[in-house]
Amino acid sequence: MATNDLKLLGGWFSPFACRVQIALSIKGLDYENIVENLNLKSDLLLQSNPTYKKIPVLIHGEKTICESAIIVQYIDEVWKNNGTSSILPSNAYDKAIARFWVSYIDDKFFNSLRYGLFAQDDESKKKYFEELEEVLLKLEEVFNELSEGKEFFGGENIGFIDVAFGCYLSWLRVKEKFTGTKKFDEAKNPGLVKWAEAFSAHPAVKGILPETDKLVEYAIALAQRLAAAAAADAAPPK
Amino acid sequence: MEDIKVFGLWSSPFSQRVVWTLKLKGVSYEYYDEDLANKSNLLLQYNPIYKKVPVLVHNGKPISESMVIVQYIDETWPQIPLLPQDAYERAKARFWSKFIEEKSMQMMEFFLYDGERQERAIKETLDILRVIENESGLSEKMFICGNTIGLADIALGWVAHTLPVMEEIVGVKFITIDAFPHLHSWVKNFLEIPVIKNNLPPHEKLVEYFRERRKVFLAMASHHHHH
Repeated sequence: MATNDLKLLGGWFSPFACRVQIALSIKGLDYENIVENLNLKSDLLLQSNPTYKKIPVLIHGEKTICESAIIVQYIDEVWKNNGTSSILPSNAYDKAIARFWVSYIDDKFFNSLRYGLFAQDDESKKKYFEELEEVLLKLEEVFNELSEGKEFFGGENIGFIDVAFGCYLSWLRVKEKFTGTKKFDEAKNPGLVKWAEAFSAHPAVKGILPETDKLVEYAIALAQRLAAAAAADAAPPK
Repeated sequence: MEDIKVFGLWSSPFSQRVVWTLKLKGVSYEYYDEDLANKSNLLLQYNPIYKKVPVLVHNGKPISESMVIVQYIDETWPQIPLLPQDAYERAKARFWSKFIEEKSMQMMEFFLYDGERQERAIKETLDILRVIENESGLSEKMFICGNTIGLADIALGWVAHTLPVMEEIVGVKFITIDAFPHLHSWVKNFLEIPVIKNNLPPHEKLVEYFRERRKVFLAMASHHHHH
């Protein structure tokens, strides 16, 4: 039984759930990890997150906290003084910059990646992956600026942007397998290439990001379900 | 001596969030109203990513995205706090703030269209308002997540005075006392806050502005239809 009375309703396939796992790992916290089946969501999930019915949800005693970025901030604040490093920067300006980029990543990066991966036609795929390339060029700049020569967006320690962006690495590896192009172009994104290695090797991250082959299988099944749903929507009514 | 600049647009709900927050905290600033068809060089320099207002520049350092700015102001000037002290209450306030922020553009979509598309958009706005009405705790508290104005209220504020302008132009009414009793009270309470009441763009001017915008939106929508 977890001593902190922490439960995570998540899933190994979800980059958002991984963020929470990494945050808990940074803070050295034990928790019960409950993997949800998104095709058959548990009553606990539906009750804990009635607004979105989505993972991750952190259950801390009687309290339920939803939305990965908000959960990470909650963990960072509650266990602020337990001797582990902070996830968010300490000053207000750096916090604002971190929140801005996490928001940008969850919007621009995430949407071009997922629409690209699951687009039904080649023209759309091409368009989304081109957008993705532009976003990565921007993030390369951001990394160079914020890391100040250190390993992470957060500097010496992994921070909010690292945790948020890093959890997409497995899905970028899925894109690699699907498309045959590397997740980061070594010529255009040399900083991100090094960062990805450092992030994946970090002790708080090890074992949390799913293996690529397992995620590829998951992605293929998901793509099939999405294609079937799209076909059902498009079919003329009988 | 603090140097605070705000680049905004008098009619923009997102700009207003920043102005209200600064005024609530009694923070002085220089305000630059932007003509979005002709963006100033300063704006483009300070917000190269989105090229949008609002942007706050504090001692030369720019921040964009209205709710990121609002949280920054709240953390930098702690008087009249917009977030509770307790971490869990803070998480709830952030959750609702995020929900409202994410859904705001969608809630305004009914204003961009007419016909069937507008019907669908009206329904979506009602669905979103219903979630806020029933799930955000307004039945127990005067404001979202508390008895004083907070982050989520600032995010939703546009609903109290810009939404009625859009409703007037289109001929719909969303927040009636029968359909949304809690939101109806919330609107009244929000508008009674002196700082808010004294910092609303003039109603007639806003109506004129949005009437023109609606013409533009409808022209764009029909252009995309290829009859």
